[in-house]
Amino acid sequence: MPATRRQFLSLAGSVTVAGTIPIVTMRPLEATPAMLSTAIRNVVGEASIRNGKVKLDIPPLVENGNTVPMTVSVASPMTATDYVKSIHVFNEKNPQPNIGNFYLNPSSGRAQFSTRIRLADTQKVVAIARLSDDTFWQVAADVVVTLAACTEEVN
Amino acid sequence: MTALINVPAKARRGDVIEIRTLTSHIMETGFRHTMDGALVPRDIITSFTCRYNGTEIFRADLFPAIAANPYLSFFTVVQESGKFEFEWIGDNGYSSTASASITVE
Repeated sequence: MPATRRQFLSLAGSVTVAGTIPIVTMRPLEATPAMLSTAIRNVVGEASIRNGKVKLDIPPLVENGNTVPMTVSVASPMTATDYVKSIHVFNEKNPQPNIGNFYLNPSSGRAQFSTRIRLADTQKVVAIARLSDDTFWQVAADVVVTLAACTEEVN
Repeated sequence: MTALINVPAKARRGDVIEIRTLTSHIMETGFRHTMDGALVPRDIITSFTCRYNGTEIFRADLFPAIAANPYLSFFTVVQESGKFEFEWIGDNGYSSTASASITVE
């Protein structure tokens, strides 16, 4: 007997419920790639972003997303006319796409900083540097997170 | 004093030195819930600034993705002896300062 339209719809409905609801209830606050690109556009505007110059040191596999060491450095002579103005770090799947904005100047001497961040999920981290000539350079790194941060319950 | 500051005591003129800072703060994300479902309000440090003899040399805007007890290390060129002043500003009127001196030869 061929399946009726009603049977087909109820089957499709139950597949949808099984497929999406658990994800939605577990991660109601996840940033989407759309939020990531909006956050990046808020900083970069319409300027084009080139790949290169920026180096992002972050472990590819972390056991505890609550404290992930991260170092960002930019290949720049850091002179009065050619230096890094700022470095902006973003993530793909935390509840909020921003991680931090870091402002440098020629007297920094070396375009590098380190900090420790939280990652709520296995995801991509993006670092974008703004140079003194207002060009933007980016690098992305994938990080696998075993124990997620941010959304756990408080005891 | 809730901050740990690591600045070299001495440097030569024109040296690039590393400054490391660690301050104590919960950095509550504002995305966590208690067992009975109530949202825990956000309480983070939103801004860090380092000044050297009054001039800003490094600044950062921080978001909830920065780990608890924020650690920051960065670099600067030293030209003269002086004092580094550090300031953390955050939610609920949080403010904290620290300072460290360096002798430049």
